[in-house]
Amino acid sequence: MMLAKRIIPCLDVKDGRVVKGVNFVGLRDAGDPVELAKFYSQQGADEIVFLDITATSDNRDTIADVVRRTCREVFVPVTVGGGIRTVDDFRDVLRAGADKISINSSAVKNPELVNAAAKKYGSQCVVVAIDGRHTGKTPSGFEVYVAGGRTPTGIDAIAWAKEVYERGAGEILLTSMDKDGTKSGFDLEMTKQVANLVGIPVIASGGCGTLEHFSKVFEVTGCDAALAASLFHYGELTVDEVKQHLKQKNIPVRI
Amino acid sequence: MSYIAIVDYGAGNLMSVHNTLDFLGYDNKIADTAEIIENAAGVILPGVGAFPDAMDALHASGLTDAVLKAAMEKPFLGICLGMQMLFEESDEVRLCKGLGLMPGRIERIKTDFKLPQIGWNALHIQRPNAMTANVQEGDYVYFVHSFMARPANQDDLACTTDYGTEVPAMVARNNLFGCQFHPEKSGEVGLSMLRNFAKLTEADR
Repeated sequence: MMLAKRIIPCLDVKDGRVVKGVNFVGLRDAGDPVELAKFYSQQGADEIVFLDITATSDNRDTIADVVRRTCREVFVPVTVGGGIRTVDDFRDVLRAGADKISINSSAVKNPELVNAAAKKYGSQCVVVAIDGRHTGKTPSGFEVYVAGGRTPTGIDAIAWAKEVYERGAGEILLTSMDKDGTKSGFDLEMTKQVANLVGIPVIASGGCGTLEHFSKVFEVTGCDAALAASLFHYGELTVDEVKQHLKQKNIPVRI
Repeated sequence: MSYIAIVDYGAGNLMSVHNTLDFLGYDNKIADTAEIIENAAGVILPGVGAFPDAMDALHASGLTDAVLKAAMEKPFLGICLGMQMLFEESDEVRLCKGLGLMPGRIERIKTDFKLPQIGWNALHIQRPNAMTANVQEGDYVYFVHSFMARPANQDDLACTTDYGTEVPAMVARNNLFGCQFHPEKSGEVGLSMLRNFAKLTEADR
């Protein structure tokens, strides 16, 4: 028996509103992150990720309020990413009810943040998001990008995954910048390399477009969860359809 | 007014438990005084973090005696670390005494799988009880932990989960319940179990 493989919808939130929101039948307000989180939770989402893409630095009160309202109605784990730079930032969002915090550029800029947050709040709530692209400029060929995938760092993505694991990260959210938005399937090679190397769960992200992409990434890479955004937002697939498909393929899921 | 007290000694999942009871429509109070615990119809002891820190924090809050008394006379539920605290002692960080309400100890999970166990795992019901009413064999609930209970008395073991080794997921003895998983984060199954507990307390709706 193993843990159920998780299916995680990701909501991009800007100034407290969902970006790319689509009006599903029955939703009062497609731009309300709380409504959408509830909707996905009812479809069987195993976790909800909010990615705060608000540009200003005073966004934490807004996202904390979104989390607070979500956690009154949604009873699965909630992860928040975007704009978290210090251990104090962790506290505010965790207090609002988030279960995990995802950090990306801020971990690259200050790797000690991973250690400090894990020590203070426990590894289980520290997710390090890694945006990787195959550039051939690092030993593994995969390079870490920051600033929403715009800026190359010269850092090897696979080695970085291992480093954050050793620093106390509890989970890695691995997004392929090559695959993101292409609907051509997850980056199986990069995901496999990271999943084989670290002793913590890996969430695969970027590129899924079909049911088979989900079963494939679980069958081939050893990852623990798969994350998708627009695929679910545009109603191309539902969380339930994905899980039914995985169940048929004998991949353990919570249904 | 009849309510469920949620013991406030600084545990992280306190508000999640409060939100869930609000959602289910049961009166509840964050209990930071012994009086609130004494007057409650039922008590929930939440918990996240390391065992010795939590025991120290509980003692420092001055609520230990009220908690011990409540656990002997009314519906009482420990969640995650709150369940582990019901036992006699734990190995986490250093040997540390627990509340001693259930015989047994807390030990690191011995498994080849990744630790902590973070995620949804299936419940195996060993001894059905009031809280497992409507719960089906194999229902998934959400776990986050590296340590587990070893109840000395097998009759106390209500549910298990399989994580490369048999892991106690729930314990129950008379009015006393403990969930290693987080019912407040376990979707419909968790809601159903907390509703069952709330019904036992006969707290106001």
